[in-house]
Amino acid sequence: MGGVLDGLRDYFQPVIDLQSQFVSAFGETLFLAGMGLVLGGFLGLIIGTTLYVTRAGGIAPSGVVSFVLNVLVNFFRPIPFILLAVALQPFSRAIGVDGIGTGHAVVAIVFGSAFGVGRIVEQNLVSVDPGVLEAARSMGASRWQVIRTVLLPEAFGPLILGFTFALVAIVDMTAIVGTIGAGGLGQLALTEGYRQFEPVVTWTAVVIVILIVQVGQFAGNALARRVLRR
Amino acid sequence: MALIELDGVSVTFPPRNRRGEPVRAVQDVSLSVEAGEIVGIVGYSGAGKSTLLRVVNALEQATTGRVVVDGVDLTTLSERQLNGVRRGIGMIFQQFNLFTSRTVYGNIAYPLEVAGRSRTEQRERVSELLHFVGLFDKALAYPEQLSGGQKQRVGIARALAAGPAILLADEATSALDPETTVEVLNLLKRVNTELGVTVLVITHEMEVVKTIADRIVVMEEGRIVESGSAFQIFSAPQHPATRRFVRTIVDDVPEEHELEQLRRRHPGRLVTLSFREDATTQSQVFGEIIRAGVELELVHGGVEDVRGRSFGHLTLELRGEDAAVAAVVARIGELVPLTDLGTGEKGVA
Repeated sequence: MGGVLDGLRDYFQPVIDLQSQFVSAFGETLFLAGMGLVLGGFLGLIIGTTLYVTRAGGIAPSGVVSFVLNVLVNFFRPIPFILLAVALQPFSRAIGVDGIGTGHAVVAIVFGSAFGVGRIVEQNLVSVDPGVLEAARSMGASRWQVIRTVLLPEAFGPLILGFTFALVAIVDMTAIVGTIGAGGLGQLALTEGYRQFEPVVTWTAVVIVILIVQVGQFAGNALARRVLRR
Repeated sequence: MALIELDGVSVTFPPRNRRGEPVRAVQDVSLSVEAGEIVGIVGYSGAGKSTLLRVVNALEQATTGRVVVDGVDLTTLSERQLNGVRRGIGMIFQQFNLFTSRTVYGNIAYPLEVAGRSRTEQRERVSELLHFVGLFDKALAYPEQLSGGQKQRVGIARALAAGPAILLADEATSALDPETTVEVLNLLKRVNTELGVTVLVITHEMEVVKTIADRIVVMEEGRIVESGSAFQIFSAPQHPATRRFVRTIVDDVPEEHELEQLRRRHPGRLVTLSFREDATTQSQVFGEIIRAGVELELVHGGVEDVRGRSFGHLTLELRGEDAAVAAVVARIGELVPLTDLGTGEKGVA
C-alpha cells in the first residue's frame, strides 16, 4: 500500500510543488470568468435586447440601429478569440488599460463575450410570445416598461440557460488569454505544464477547468429549472 | 357623443416586399359605439376586424380618418398620452396572452403596477376581481396550471383591473370548447351589465354575437358591409356575406343540396315562409292554408330566439289541387315574405 501511495505522490510531485500557483491561478481564472460573465453578460444583455426590440415589427423598430448593431456583431463575433485578444491591444491602451496582463485580458474577454452573449440573448428573446408583449402594451405599459417588466422576466429561464451556455465559451477565453500573460489556469498549464514537459500539471489544470464548467452548468440548470418550473 | 367614434378610418400597411402591393387592412370605416353597448364585429379572417379593434386602443395607427374615444381624438396624441388612454381600455385575446412568469395574482396586478397604484390598493382590487371571476382559490397558481376557460377568466380580470370603460375582445372564445365559450360569454355579459363596461367583440363565430351582441357589424375586405341590431341582422340579413354568416347557425331557405334531399321525400310544392314576431302570426298563415283545403307539412327550418325576440324560416310542403295550391301561395305571399321553391318536376327555383 505504502508503495502505491509513494508512487502517486511522486507522480503528482510537480503539482504539489506548484500548489500555491494553482491556488492563485484558480482565483485568476474565476476572476476573469466572473468579469466576462458579469460585465460581458450585462453588455450582451443590452446588445441582444437592442437587437430584438429594434427589429422590423419589434417594440421599438429602428432600421438604422438594427443595421449598425448587426454589422458590429457580425464583424466581431467570427474573429477567432486569440486574434481578437491580440488585436484589441491598442484599444485597451486607448482606454487607459495596460496592453498586457490581467487588465487587457478583462477588456478582451468582456469584448468577446458581449457580442457572443448578445446573439444568444436575441435568440432567447425571440422565444417570448409576441402576444404577451402586445397584452402589456394594451394595458398602457410604456416600451421601457414592457422590456423591463414583461420581455426580460418572460425570457428569464431561457436567458439563464443561454448565460450558462456562454459560460463555457468564457472559460475557454480565460484560458486563451493565458498566452498574453493574463494568468489563470490556462497560463499555468502552458508555462508550467506544456513548456516544462509536465503533462500531469497540464492535466490537473484541465481537470480544474472542467470542474469549474461543471459547477457552473449545474448551477445554471438548477436555477433555470426553478424559474421555468419544470 | 358616442363613447367610440370612428370616422372614415383606413389602415394601410406597407408592402411586405419591394414589389408587393400595400395591404389595405381597413378601408374607410365609420362606426360609433354608445356607452354600455355590446357590439359584435363579424368577419372571416383577413376581413380587417382585428386591425380595426386595435385602432380603438391605438395599438394600430389609423393611416387616415379620426378615432375618437371618450371625446379624445387618439390620432393627435403622443405615445405617452396614448399609454394613459390604453389604461382605460381593457383587452382580451384568443390565446389569452397571460404572463407565464407571473401567478394569477401577478397577472391581474400588472395593469395596476403599470398605473403606479400602491401595494395595498393592488391587493384590494385583485381580490375583488378574483371574486368577480370566481377564481379566488387560484390566486397563486401559474397560467399553465389553469384550463382554457380559467385562463380567459384571468385575462378578463386582468383587463378589468384598471377599471376601464371599454373592453375589447379579440376572438376571446375561439380557442375554447362550446361549454366554456358559454361560460366566458356569460362573464362578458356580467361585465357589461354589472360594471357598465362597453364591450367590443370581434369573432367569426355567429353563436357568440347571437348570445351577447346588441348590435352587429359585418366586415368584408376591410369594409363594413352591413350593420344593425342583432335581431335585424339575424332575421333579415341583406348582404351576401351576412347571409353566409347567419346561415351558419340559422336555417334559412334550403340550399341546393338540401333542396334535393327534401324533394326526394316531398314531391309537393315547397315554399319557405319567413316569420318575425312583430309581423303576421303563424296562425294567420296556417289558417289561410287550411281554409283553402290544402294539406301542409313542415319539412325544414326552425324558430330562433335572438336577444329575447323570435323569428324563423319555415319550409312547408303544400299538397292539393294545383290551382288551389297556386291560389294559396299567392294569398300567403301577401302576408309574409315567401320564397317559392316549386315542385320537383316544374321547379321554379
